[in-house]
Amino acid sequence: MTQYLLSVYMNESDEMPPEEDIQRMYKAVDEFNEKVRSAGAWVFAGGLEPIEAATTVDGTKSAPIVTDGPYVESKEYLGGFWVIEAPDLDAALTWAKEGSAACEGRVEVRPFQAEPA
Amino acid sequence: MREVERVFREEYGRVVASLVRRFGDIDIAEEAAGEALLVALEKWPADGVPPNPGAWLTTTAGNKAIDRLRRDAKSHDKHRQAMQMHEQTTAAEPPEPTGIVTDDRLRLIFTCCHPALAPEARVALTLRLLGGLTVAEIAEAFFVPETTMAQRITRAKKKIKVARIPYRVPGPADLTERLTAVLAVVYLVFNEGYLSTSGDAPIREELTGEAIRLGRVLRELLPDVPEVAGLLALMLLTEARRRTRVAGGELVTLQEQDRGGWDRSLIEEGHALVRECLQTNRPGHYQLLAAINAVHTDAPTAADTDWAQIATLYAQLYAVTPSPVVALNRAVAVAELDGPEVALAEVDRLDLTSYHAWHATRADLLRRLGRSAEARAAYDAAIAATANEAERAYLARRRGTLAQ
Repeated sequence: MTQYLLSVYMNESDEMPPEEDIQRMYKAVDEFNEKVRSAGAWVFAGGLEPIEAATTVDGTKSAPIVTDGPYVESKEYLGGFWVIEAPDLDAALTWAKEGSAACEGRVEVRPFQAEPA
Repeated sequence: MREVERVFREEYGRVVASLVRRFGDIDIAEEAAGEALLVALEKWPADGVPPNPGAWLTTTAGNKAIDRLRRDAKSHDKHRQAMQMHEQTTAAEPPEPTGIVTDDRLRLIFTCCHPALAPEARVALTLRLLGGLTVAEIAEAFFVPETTMAQRITRAKKKIKVARIPYRVPGPADLTERLTAVLAVVYLVFNEGYLSTSGDAPIREELTGEAIRLGRVLRELLPDVPEVAGLLALMLLTEARRRTRVAGGELVTLQEQDRGGWDRSLIEEGHALVRECLQTNRPGHYQLLAAINAVHTDAPTAADTDWAQIATLYAQLYAVTPSPVVALNRAVAVAELDGPEVALAEVDRLDLTSYHAWHATRADLLRRLGRSAEARAAYDAAIAATANEAERAYLARRRGTLAQ
């Protein structure tokens, strides 16, 4: 079993969808999440507050620096993610296809590094 | 020595596929196959090539792999995992003395052509693992430096391992879509060999041969999938004409080819497959292309060509694959039925200004309409749009015969 991160990216230039669309997506994602849980593939998931709520911390220097805003200045930003457990990439991709359809956005699938034995 | 290497290359796909299944790791499989080759080079010149060389190589490679894994299991995680994999797979099935199960190659082809791998990586990996071509040979085939190709293959293998791309024939839900990717890789290899986008040798035999070989393997492993038969038929019927396609460094079109120089046995084989596909009646992209080729290869002379049937088949193909290139080829058939003016109108509606064949088709139609100045400009544009020397020579000659 491998854990995979399924991340959903948004684009700043995307318009806020109408309320009924948002409700539809929430419902679809809820149903999807239930499916993932029942299958025993669920590890963790969540939607993130918009990028305006982000704060970046740099503790690499002698004095930590705290700044308003995301780490990466780009049009694309992380909207939310699932962490699932799957036996192989095909299984992870199957989940990702459904998740992508549910949240009506593109999903990036990336494996976690294995824990050292 | 030559004989040993030739046999090894032919059997490489089988051997590697079997080892990948047993040990779940491509690097281990390749290393073991390499060690088996060394043993073969030592023993076969003296003892002769064994009656079942694939089995011999697989067994020898398997033993080498186990030896190495036992030695290294203590120090390397990946070897320990591979050892576990081996024990699991051996426990699950009785040991096969021949060690060759045909669907190992099928599993491996699907793995190499996985959608999670970049398209050029799929081609490279398929040629390396199933074709047994060396990295240098593949690099040469695709006109990239050897180091670039080596990196491409290494990255692809790493992705398979790290992202856990499984070694599996896809289930029924995904099979059609995944097979599309496999067929596309094989056809790409064939076209690269047959058409060669640039370089001196307009046609490269080793690639077309390899593509046909892979096509035959797929046909053997998936006898009930008509598109597989269609692709093989298409390649056979195209390959049958290879010897007559270039003369004196210049392309020879279908109309001008010496049909006596076509390979009759490949044509027979291709026609038989097309007949089978017609009976199955589940038409698809490759089957239709094959059928079109079959109508051409069925005609004893260019004048006997059944253009009406070709036009109909292209219309069917357009319904399946509505691409402007298909529309262009249909227009060529239309020209034979309804004349160049009607065909030119259709061709001009297409947006293919970077495709040399579009300009070449326009040039030919304009020539037939006596519009020499426009034809000349179109030939110029066609020549500028292709780097293939044989094509250019042909186009230049045609341009040269225009009325001033």
